[in-house]
Amino acid sequence: MAIKVQIPSALRRHTAGVGSITCTAANLEDLFSVLDEKFPDLKPHLRDDKGQVRRFLNIYVNEEDIRFLGGPEYAFQEGDEVLLVPSIAGG
Amino acid sequence: MAHYELRCRECGRTWGNQPRSICDDCFSPLEVTYDYDGLRASVLHGSNGHGAFSRESISQRPPNMWRYAELLPLPQGFEPRLPVGFTPLFQAPRLAKRLGAEGRNFYIKNDAVCLPTLSFKDRVVAVALSQARAFGFDTVSCSSTGNLANAVAAQAAREGLKAWIFIPADLEPAKILGTNVYGAKVVRIAGNYDQVNRLCSQIADEHRWGFVNVNLRPYYAEGSKTVGFEIAEQLGWRLPDNVVCPMAGGSLITKIKKAFDELIKLGLVEAKEVKFFGAQATGCSPISTAIKTGSAEIEPQKPATIARSLAIGNPADGHYAIKTIKSSGGWSEDVSDPEVIDSIRLLAETEGIFTETAGGVTVGTAAKLYRQDRILPEETTVLCITGNGLKTTDVLAGVYQTERPIAPKLAEFESYLQRTLDVAEVPEIVAAAEAARIGA
Repeated sequence: MAIKVQIPSALRRHTAGVGSITCTAANLEDLFSVLDEKFPDLKPHLRDDKGQVRRFLNIYVNEEDIRFLGGPEYAFQEGDEVLLVPSIAGG
Repeated sequence: MAHYELRCRECGRTWGNQPRSICDDCFSPLEVTYDYDGLRASVLHGSNGHGAFSRESISQRPPNMWRYAELLPLPQGFEPRLPVGFTPLFQAPRLAKRLGAEGRNFYIKNDAVCLPTLSFKDRVVAVALSQARAFGFDTVSCSSTGNLANAVAAQAAREGLKAWIFIPADLEPAKILGTNVYGAKVVRIAGNYDQVNRLCSQIADEHRWGFVNVNLRPYYAEGSKTVGFEIAEQLGWRLPDNVVCPMAGGSLITKIKKAFDELIKLGLVEAKEVKFFGAQATGCSPISTAIKTGSAEIEPQKPATIARSLAIGNPADGHYAIKTIKSSGGWSEDVSDPEVIDSIRLLAETEGIFTETAGGVTVGTAAKLYRQDRILPEETTVLCITGNGLKTTDVLAGVYQTERPIAPKLAEFESYLQRTLDVAEVPEIVAAAEAARIGA
């Protein structure tokens, strides 16, 4: 499925300044593989030593937290917009 | 050079002082850390023209949160313009009796009367805006469940800064009006707080604004420590056995702990293990659920509660709140919306304090904790009341009937008196079914 991925500015120094990409990915694991290949420097910033998605990285699909959509089980739909956003505080 | 700087809470990398809340290396939150060795010396000898940072010298400073300036990340030469904080801490014997506590050991920390906007958020905003100025922002902003909106709008007006405030569209009318009135630009978002928050992190990426809870967050969060400093000082420079604290994003409870740790580190109080207890509304209880199920991580929720100031389903500091509670030997509970309303009334009718829904959550949770023997009657316990009931009057709509007026005649009153001798009792929040369920 062709999806669009937005990369926050905090991570753009690992993507040579690229702020968004369009790519094909079936699910989250697939997407991470694509990102690893495209931006090798980005990998350790998205996942920890054990390969788990970093605790403070939130992933949204079309404005919805991917954990409400099934998390790693979610199958991307054509045209999905994926946001990588750091956790931020409340008020 | 400043005696503080930003450090990543996970990987430890330092970032100096700048408007940023995230470590680029591991995406984890940043926190302000201090030169504690230097501060230890200033306890004895003084520094930065403040004089010694000792119990005696602090007690002679003006009664506001700035008396703890050495332990706050304030810019060089900062001159406070508002007497924020130093809210009352007092014994609450009548409420204690209702909850099964001993009156002389049971305290309320009442931030429902914090200046200037009647919630503890005034503290965090005061610190955030000091840095907003220093970093050269002319516009400050926030995502808010209401209290933060009020605090940013009011203090921005006072500082001559522009304010853009992002809120969920269904916020309590008093909190929206209490933001509009200061001339802030209020942007209502058709979504819940977590969606507003996510949007703000995207906006902060695009606009050079000082978002108090995004790029100024590490500084902002330090303001919460003043609740802890004040509790210790107002108890006579000693720490309580227990603190009961409402949780939304989960930051406040961790910062009260940090405050106590810092006072111990500097020798201003004797070391003591304080238990931390977190309070949530059942309709938005990601942190208490994690505690009760033994999970170290947050499972986000879709909020559905009248306690809108606590309605954060994906709390950014939830992980740290869990750690603070668990490592202290504390616990977390949550209460239903009817219990929140009963608890607001209970606090008002026993102690004369009108708190907002978050305060109802705290009182209701404390009642449960006493029933469960997680807090014992003789222990010194402080309940943090963080907001004012005048902002959430809508939840009490229908609780009190508007009575038919009577004529201004003594006979009319005597007749009225006869009819109404059966006055309402203070609400009983220990519902029989609930008490039976927990075996109390």
